[in-house]
Amino acid sequence: MSIQETYAALGLSDFEYERIVELLGRAPNYLELSLFSVMWSEHCGYKNSRPLLRRFLNRGPRVLQGPGENAGVVEAGGGWALVFKMESHNHPSAVEPYEGAATGVGGIIRDVLAMGARPVALLNSLRFGPLEEERNRYLFREVVRGIGGYGNAIGVPTVGGEVEFAPAYSSNPLVNAMCIGLVRADDFLRARAVGEGNLVVLFGAKTGRDGIHGATFASDDLTEESEEKRPNVQVGDPFAGKMLIECSLSLLKEDLLVSLQDLGAAGITSSASEMAAKGGFGVEIDVEKVPLREPDMEPWEIVISESQERMLAIVEPRKAEEALALAEKFELAAAVVGCVAGHGELRILQGDDIVGSVSARYLADAPVYEREVVTPAHLIEARRLSSGNLPVPENYSAVLLRMLSHPNLCSRRSVYEQYDHQVGTNTVVLPGADAAVMRIKGTTLGFAATTDCRGRYCYLHPRGGGAAAVAEAYRNLSCVGAEPVAVTDCLNFGSPEKREAYYQLAACIEGMAEACEVLGTPVVSGNVSLYNETEEGAVYPTPAVGMVGLFEDVSRRATPGFKRVGDEILLVGDFWPVLDGSEYLEIVHGRVAGVPPVPDLASEKAVSDVVQRAISTGVVDTAHDLSGGGLAVALAEMALVGSIGAEVRRLSVGRQDVALFGEVGGCVLLAVPEEKLEEIEELLEGVHYARIGRTGGGRLKVSGLLDLKLVELVEAYEQDLFERHAPEGGQLG
Amino acid sequence: MRIGVTIFPGSNCDHDALFVIERAGATPVELWHADADLKGVDAVVVPGGFSYGDYLRPGGIARFSKVMGPLEEFAGSGGPVLGVCNGFQVLTEAHLLPGALLRNTGMRFVCKRVPACIETTKTPWTSLFESGEEIALPVAHNEGNYFADPRTLAKLEDEGRVVLRYLENPNGSLNDIAGICNAARNVVGLMPHPERVSDETLGSDEGLKVFDSVLSYAEAKV
Repeated sequence: MSIQETYAALGLSDFEYERIVELLGRAPNYLELSLFSVMWSEHCGYKNSRPLLRRFLNRGPRVLQGPGENAGVVEAGGGWALVFKMESHNHPSAVEPYEGAATGVGGIIRDVLAMGARPVALLNSLRFGPLEEERNRYLFREVVRGIGGYGNAIGVPTVGGEVEFAPAYSSNPLVNAMCIGLVRADDFLRARAVGEGNLVVLFGAKTGRDGIHGATFASDDLTEESEEKRPNVQVGDPFAGKMLIECSLSLLKEDLLVSLQDLGAAGITSSASEMAAKGGFGVEIDVEKVPLREPDMEPWEIVISESQERMLAIVEPRKAEEALALAEKFELAAAVVGCVAGHGELRILQGDDIVGSVSARYLADAPVYEREVVTPAHLIEARRLSSGNLPVPENYSAVLLRMLSHPNLCSRRSVYEQYDHQVGTNTVVLPGADAAVMRIKGTTLGFAATTDCRGRYCYLHPRGGGAAAVAEAYRNLSCVGAEPVAVTDCLNFGSPEKREAYYQLAACIEGMAEACEVLGTPVVSGNVSLYNETEEGAVYPTPAVGMVGLFEDVSRRATPGFKRVGDEILLVGDFWPVLDGSEYLEIVHGRVAGVPPVPDLASEKAVSDVVQRAISTGVVDTAHDLSGGGLAVALAEMALVGSIGAEVRRLSVGRQDVALFGEVGGCVLLAVPEEKLEEIEELLEGVHYARIGRTGGGRLKVSGLLDLKLVELVEAYEQDLFERHAPEGGQLG
Repeated sequence: MRIGVTIFPGSNCDHDALFVIERAGATPVELWHADADLKGVDAVVVPGGFSYGDYLRPGGIARFSKVMGPLEEFAGSGGPVLGVCNGFQVLTEAHLLPGALLRNTGMRFVCKRVPACIETTKTPWTSLFESGEEIALPVAHNEGNYFADPRTLAKLEDEGRVVLRYLENPNGSLNDIAGICNAARNVVGLMPHPERVSDETLGSDEGLKVFDSVLSYAEAKV
């Protein structure tokens, strides 16, 4: 193989190779080239997205740690801090869905663990192609099994998430996992190799050949040949992961650590060089000291192996013995594999021989590509929609049932029942509400978390869609009564080398950044997953937003289900629904078109904040936001979850399908008992709201338009997504 | 009263059990799997989780842990033992309870709250319930499908050793069995998790009565 073929096979461009030679002042050897290949991949180096990511607000009064570490940290009150991050595992899941999803969960748990926090909650954000296709059914079934298989066994509850289906995700599923950890605010760790002479301890599972060049693989398009990259997919062992959690937290408790870092993409290379670069020191690793799963591994294989369930710790020499003994107690392999050095290089040794040595700063400094942002022509076409020409439904009840039973709107019960969502005994609001609610034991405090994104919106209007994703997360947290505080994101896009995807990336980030600023929720961590493309094209731009909010008193919260007969139903917010980009337009009319609602951020904030205040002061206990499917679907959900019907009046004189099924941001439904009405109306002063009906009876009625029994709603909504759409090996029934 | 909680590698409801024991007013004691020592506790909870990663079979490796020796002696001498979920699986593997827990007939992990019925109050862990009392308990398992040969099953029924029965069977268990006890009635295995509904903040504290029961049993003995 020529040099050119070698670096091309490792995913490096001519320009990048020349830059490496220039930096080193010599040609790199194969091991060094491998180091650059993984550290300069998009996955590790953010070379296409870094200039755009600078747009995000990162600071805020509660932020203790912003981007740049393994996870972000915010203050949660009472001396506690929340550590959280979201990460993608799309490419591995596309070729090996069970292990891809499982190791995605394992990886994000270790990111949070590396900050010294106990992982206490998991969420996810999933996208698949339509379930009519067998391949998509297989991917969906196995990804869900993989998430459960790992999360359930490791004992971290999976408390929330979202899943959507669209043709754009066919054979290119998105699997984003989010983890939240709890740590004393004074105790969290940063990944820094400091103190010349300190030792580098590798502990956890042994190192094998799995996941070689996984980060490089994740930074390329998916093709027919991707299937052959199955050996690039790592295999997870949640049992070892559980031992790793307990061991790491014990090491921390016994004060045996200077610093901690997980091994994720690019294995030892990435961990050691990041720690060295941040600490301003060098790190030496002797590959002969690394506990191996298989003999005869080459040095370059050892340093870029992505074997799961491993951590790297910096330990003072006098504490090393005790640290190793603790690892043994938890039945983990552990060894001193190197030391912190003053030379600033990541130096790989094989016994006494230096087999590679590169400045850690060079590895951490991937080249940056700034590209021109050009609006693609096809968008102008897709945005054309004259909704006036669409036929008006003859039977609104039938339309609602059809929508409620659609995979994008029906109950997620068959998914979340496969996840242990209660282990840890902290889950206050079980899955199925607007956001997950967790308590912090021994306090009245709590926190809420949600993941949100509407790919269709982002496709039709990337800037508005990006802002809408943030606004929806903010609204969801507010609807359970939590004060939203900070964001983690996972930016899933197509190839940035193509104009369209780069435009989408830039515009979505712009919209998100704007929303984060207005709403006051800084981005404290995140991940970028580009090259989500198959031969059929790119996925919808899908910037998944994970947001975390706080409770001072977790007993003051709200859920969507109606709770009493005779409650007044209030619609809060500026209600101007449109059919553009709506679920209704796609499900009923088969079209993805128009300009979806672009959020009015000031009004979003006003509505969400007033709802949050009403809940946190104990005035309101029933709230639900308008989202996909519009007013009718939101009312149906509140009725069927609470097993109480409602009667609602007509809301407009115009097209009734727009009023019932059109979508709009910044609107929330509340159900309030008579005696609290005065109090709530006082609180609502300054925002638009309307009394639209009352709870009661066994039917959902909208005068003259809808009239359905609760059992009919339940029957439509409570679909088993797997039995109906994805039977094991069977045909669609 | 001091109640021990065994901790195997992979146990993940150990902290939840320790927490609820303290809430119930007893002293929780950690029992590490590699120590053949029950530290003089008055009762033992074998918690849920995935001991040894459920490798081989759920509970199949944990039963050989060092802590199991003294635990078997303790159970043999009438000490109150409760196995929850994976703990139930460990106790059947250790032959402290009859039968086995097979894979759910739905072939899926199932996590939800199910209605169940207390069938006997004549165990240290159910003494404060009413016979026939209905409670909603969370299950979270992949292998909760109780199986025993027809003779054993008939014996369990005849001797009133079915402790808890599902009103909606989530896993295919024979006779809707959710929990059983041994012949001496001091060793109880439950698939559902009472410790997860032992706190009003989490929506229900019906499960706390299981732990209150063993406390009142101990007091009665003293």
